[in-house]
Amino acid sequence: MATLLDIQGLTISFPNATPVKDLSFQVAEAETLAIVGESGSGKSLTALALMRLLPKTADITDGSIRFAGEDLVNIPEPAMRERRGRDIAMIFQEPMTSLNPVLTIGRQIVEVLRLHRGLTRAQARREARDLLDLVRIPDPDRCLDDYPHRLSGGMRQRVMIAIAVACRPKLLIADEPTTALDVTIQAQVLELLDRLRRELSLALLLITHDLGVVGQWADRVVVMYAGRKVEEAPPEPLFNDPLHPYTQGLLAASPRLHDDLHYRDSRLSEIPGSISSAVKEKGCPFVPRCPQRRDVCRTVFPDTTMAGLGRSVACHAVTPTIATGPSLHDAAVRL
Amino acid sequence: MTLLSVSDLTTTYTSGRSAVHAVDGVSLEIARGETIGLVGESGCGKSTLGKTILRLVEPSGGRILFDGEDLTALSEAALRSRRKRLQMVFQDPFASLNPRQTIGEILSAPLAVHGVKSRAERQRRVDDILARVGLPPDSARRYPHEFSGGQRQRIGIARALILEPDLIICDEPVSALDLSVQAQILNLLAELKQSLNLSLLFISHDLSVVRYLSDRVLVMYLGRIVESGSHTQIWHRPLHPYTKALIDAVPDPTRRRYAAPLPGDLPDPRSVGGGCRFAPRCPIATEICRTQDPALRAAAAGHHVACHHAEPALVS
Repeated sequence: MATLLDIQGLTISFPNATPVKDLSFQVAEAETLAIVGESGSGKSLTALALMRLLPKTADITDGSIRFAGEDLVNIPEPAMRERRGRDIAMIFQEPMTSLNPVLTIGRQIVEVLRLHRGLTRAQARREARDLLDLVRIPDPDRCLDDYPHRLSGGMRQRVMIAIAVACRPKLLIADEPTTALDVTIQAQVLELLDRLRRELSLALLLITHDLGVVGQWADRVVVMYAGRKVEEAPPEPLFNDPLHPYTQGLLAASPRLHDDLHYRDSRLSEIPGSISSAVKEKGCPFVPRCPQRRDVCRTVFPDTTMAGLGRSVACHAVTPTIATGPSLHDAAVRL
Repeated sequence: MTLLSVSDLTTTYTSGRSAVHAVDGVSLEIARGETIGLVGESGCGKSTLGKTILRLVEPSGGRILFDGEDLTALSEAALRSRRKRLQMVFQDPFASLNPRQTIGEILSAPLAVHGVKSRAERQRRVDDILARVGLPPDSARRYPHEFSGGQRQRIGIARALILEPDLIICDEPVSALDLSVQAQILNLLAELKQSLNLSLLFISHDLSVVRYLSDRVLVMYLGRIVESGSHTQIWHRPLHPYTKALIDAVPDPTRRRYAAPLPGDLPDPRSVGGGCRFAPRCPIATEICRTQDPALRAAAAGHHVACHHAEPALVS
């Protein structure tokens, strides 16, 4: 599949902080790439940067965001406004705060269709009805005239998705789309996103803190920690054989449903400390919490090293072991 | 030995003319030193149940026996002195700590309320509890904003523990925390619970967390307990279709894509009809489910289910 989005060396700065540093990754057409990380990892800022919706005090200070071959970092705002919604769309965690509470659902979808696709009011209304049908809203005709507060959380998120795909974007960014939802509803929404990905052949950039979601729905995963990409891999090798100490710690610390861990006989393994300790670090931000830290980690952020098909990792401690790993007969290739 | 015994508890919220039974005839028991996990989706009444047990929300019916005494019959003043033994830890460590008080003030307030007069004694117990929950001794002089989310939840736990309670109700204590910090807090709760022989009512929507920390599990749906059983019974032999659907819906990173998710939403609690409340979403519902409300019945020793079609478990 052709590369749709190519981010190279993206750096986002605030006047006194750099929450995203030298971030590179690609998204192919119609694939699902997940970015995982905890709060403070820079994953949501990255998404906002792609939409050029960063807060006023933040700036893209380095790097490029090539979307379908065009660098979005420097195109003028009116041109960006055309891309937004039409080529790249975004949905957020809390659908209630993204929907206008005083406008009917129909009005809010029609607005997008008229603006970006130049439809007449009647055409737009028909199309809006079809979109609600596409996202499997029961009784779409009634829903058009409903106000957001009348819908459940899951239904609201479906409406947001309908608005997002109204212009058939090539890329849909979903920032924690199911975090506010219950597990049974979460499953419905993720399944819907995946079906739309296939039917409309849109690429999905799924931003989440939930490893379970990642494993089940992503084609590839980028793990971020304190503004850096620390590991990238398809979900299977990532979960079976995580390379970065942070990824290893994260997987070990999650009481997964299908593990038979119980408090009466075993402790959960923990990552000591918290992400706030990364602020002072000049080298690798994970140093204060890392069980495998060395002297070099305090001063130099490690290069990203290829570690097999579609895999890479940025860690001083990992490189030597990859070279001897059984599945990777070729020595690690420096990027 | 039973510490808490709740029978037929009902909590009703009224707005205008409509009334909602957020908790609808719930009975449960918690033994000393036992952890009960209470799972369910938002709106099922699990938090209301927790608050009603403490009478932070007044029940509209039923009894709450705590160590043999009926809490529902107590006056407000008498209740206050009993609350010393029943404490609560809340979900949001940012919202539940007063930003203008130091940690020392936050932690010694309950001691002062409950009659620890000597300042030195209060100071000693604050230092003691800070050490127990793994916070540095100088924390007492600092303010909540100086702490991370995980540390604030430690403060919340310290505040609940400082009166040496017998029962702690934890309402989603780790949901607001990052994964890397969740494990720290779960380990702390497990450790404190065992060393202090505490009973816990652990309320959560997160099945993997409940699975780790519970001895027995209650599954709640629209104000009712639909299944209860031991940790092993619920995870290995779930009987209620809702419990099965909940377990299935938890994304498992090692399994790729699951079976069709449970359809529909939690219905409006004001509009529940006469039949089983789960029937509209249930994959195995039949005519009887739409007309008759199933009662909670024993399916095996210690395993109860409210379903017309739950297969009878083999009693050995």
